[in-house]
Amino acid sequence: MSAPPLASSFLQSQSFLDVLYIIAFALFIQGLRGLSGPTTAVRGNRIAAVGMTLAVIATLLNRNEGNWGLIVLGIALGTAVGVPAARQVKMTAMPQMVALFNGVGGGAVFLISWSEFRLTHGYQDTATYITIFSLFAAIVGSVSFWGSNIAFGKLQEIIPGRPISLGSGQQIVNLLLLILAVAAAVDIASGAHSQGIFIGMLICAALLGNAVVFPIGGADMPVVISMLNAFTGLSAAATGIALNNPALIVAGMIVGASGSILTNLMAVAMNRSIPAIIAGGFGGGGAVEGAEGAGEHAGTVKSTSAQDAAIQLAYASRVVIVPGYGMAVAQAQHAVRELTKELEKRGVEVSYAIHPVAGRMPGHMNVLLAEADVPYDQLNEMEEANQEFGRTDVSLVIGANDVTNPAAKTNPSSPIYGMPILEVNESHSVIVIKRSMNPGFAGIENELYYDPKTAMLFGDAKSAVSEITAALAEL
Amino acid sequence: MLLASTLTTNLAILVLAGFIGFVVISKVPNTLHTPLMSGTNAIHGIVLLGGLLIVGFSGNGTFNKIILVIAIAFGTINVVGGFLVTDRMLEMFKSKPGRDSGKGDQEKKP
Repeated sequence: MSAPPLASSFLQSQSFLDVLYIIAFALFIQGLRGLSGPTTAVRGNRIAAVGMTLAVIATLLNRNEGNWGLIVLGIALGTAVGVPAARQVKMTAMPQMVALFNGVGGGAVFLISWSEFRLTHGYQDTATYITIFSLFAAIVGSVSFWGSNIAFGKLQEIIPGRPISLGSGQQIVNLLLLILAVAAAVDIASGAHSQGIFIGMLICAALLGNAVVFPIGGADMPVVISMLNAFTGLSAAATGIALNNPALIVAGMIVGASGSILTNLMAVAMNRSIPAIIAGGFGGGGAVEGAEGAGEHAGTVKSTSAQDAAIQLAYASRVVIVPGYGMAVAQAQHAVRELTKELEKRGVEVSYAIHPVAGRMPGHMNVLLAEADVPYDQLNEMEEANQEFGRTDVSLVIGANDVTNPAAKTNPSSPIYGMPILEVNESHSVIVIKRSMNPGFAGIENELYYDPKTAMLFGDAKSAVSEITAALAEL
Repeated sequence: MLLASTLTTNLAILVLAGFIGFVVISKVPNTLHTPLMSGTNAIHGIVLLGGLLIVGFSGNGTFNKIILVIAIAFGTINVVGGFLVTDRMLEMFKSKPGRDSGKGDQEKKP
């Protein structure tokens, strides 16, 4: 008949929708490819965002059913929360922000599965495989939601960062929760329609998410966020199969695959296996050992002043800066850049040594230093940096702890034994800027601080670095 | 209607997407791991589509409507927040005057 109905029927045809979805995930893949280089990364992210917009528009065009008000309400709520959160978060709080965004994604997944269960009255007249994928999404989404929220709480320091666990029974409890959740899922898949069982399954998965992340200590946290990111991706892919939606399948699976790679890379960087990390308790025994170590070493720490540190740095010919989470917390990256400029004016060769898991996420330090305009060629990765420490006059450790702990190489009983470290102790002298003698996030004492060639400069990283820069200017 | 069936096609898509994920991501340098995690994090916000699709079937149940609105809101936070945060992070890697030579060197490294 007239043009508008024709046009609208074309817009709503399945093949047109599928074409839009195919364009959308081609854009996702192209966007991720762009993320592989610093100069193309911004565009890559925007390409992926365009793909996402397209996928959302395609989906909205294709739906006939009502409830537009609910859609507007949901999107408005999400935008009202998400945009200010993303705009205002400080660069240093990025890891917990990613954890939180990951968590809500997992939350959406399990809520969607729950709706599917309710709308089909307990998966009645539903193909078994759809039921299975929907249940899988519900369990994994719920684990990811709760796990990410705990990770957020720990990084935000709402919850103590130290490992909190049930001790040796932890793994049995985790296993039991997993078995209960799977048993409930099997029960539902084989014909139980009771919503009580479904809710029970969600609760078991929720407890499991808590139980997995609570015992995990600081250094392992980046690995866990990455793993939960992969989990949410996989659960989104499962939702895609349950809803027969190719865009969801592709996007979810790509995230699942990339998250798995990243998780593995990080675990390898720390010389730890992923199962060992999930089994938890990192630093649980170590905290006790650390406390004993502290008693043993007490009194041999040498502290220094900003003026002395400035003199030491000014007369060095080669300085390596080792940044860590302390620099992030204190927002000290700009102050560090100023110090570097001041040293370079005096002809001191300055470089940065970046441990793969320094801070709370891989690449965390690179992001902060890039913010402060530190040139890329001054940033050395671990292998490169370790070859240089032997001919370095002063290593300036700014708020890094566990990644410099020589116990990882020398003490087989240390919980971080075997983790590759920055061999700061190989340099001629070391200055450590640290707020106090408290052990790091992993709760392990650092032997480096008791080394006779190490001097401790206690204080907030930003003010300590600024004081050194000021003292340098006066020399 | 709500839950259609084309299992083998979808499984094929799933497996291929997994391989693409591995291949594409394996090339990302350490430096960009945080933005990458954040970027992929935004992409799995695509579950938003699931909420958009089934909200039409939620009928009259108030509870169904509530959980689906929350799901859509969660999905939106994931997508919008994720892309914005990634964009902010990546802006810092963009070329700035006087830094171009340093960046060129970095890119040539394997």
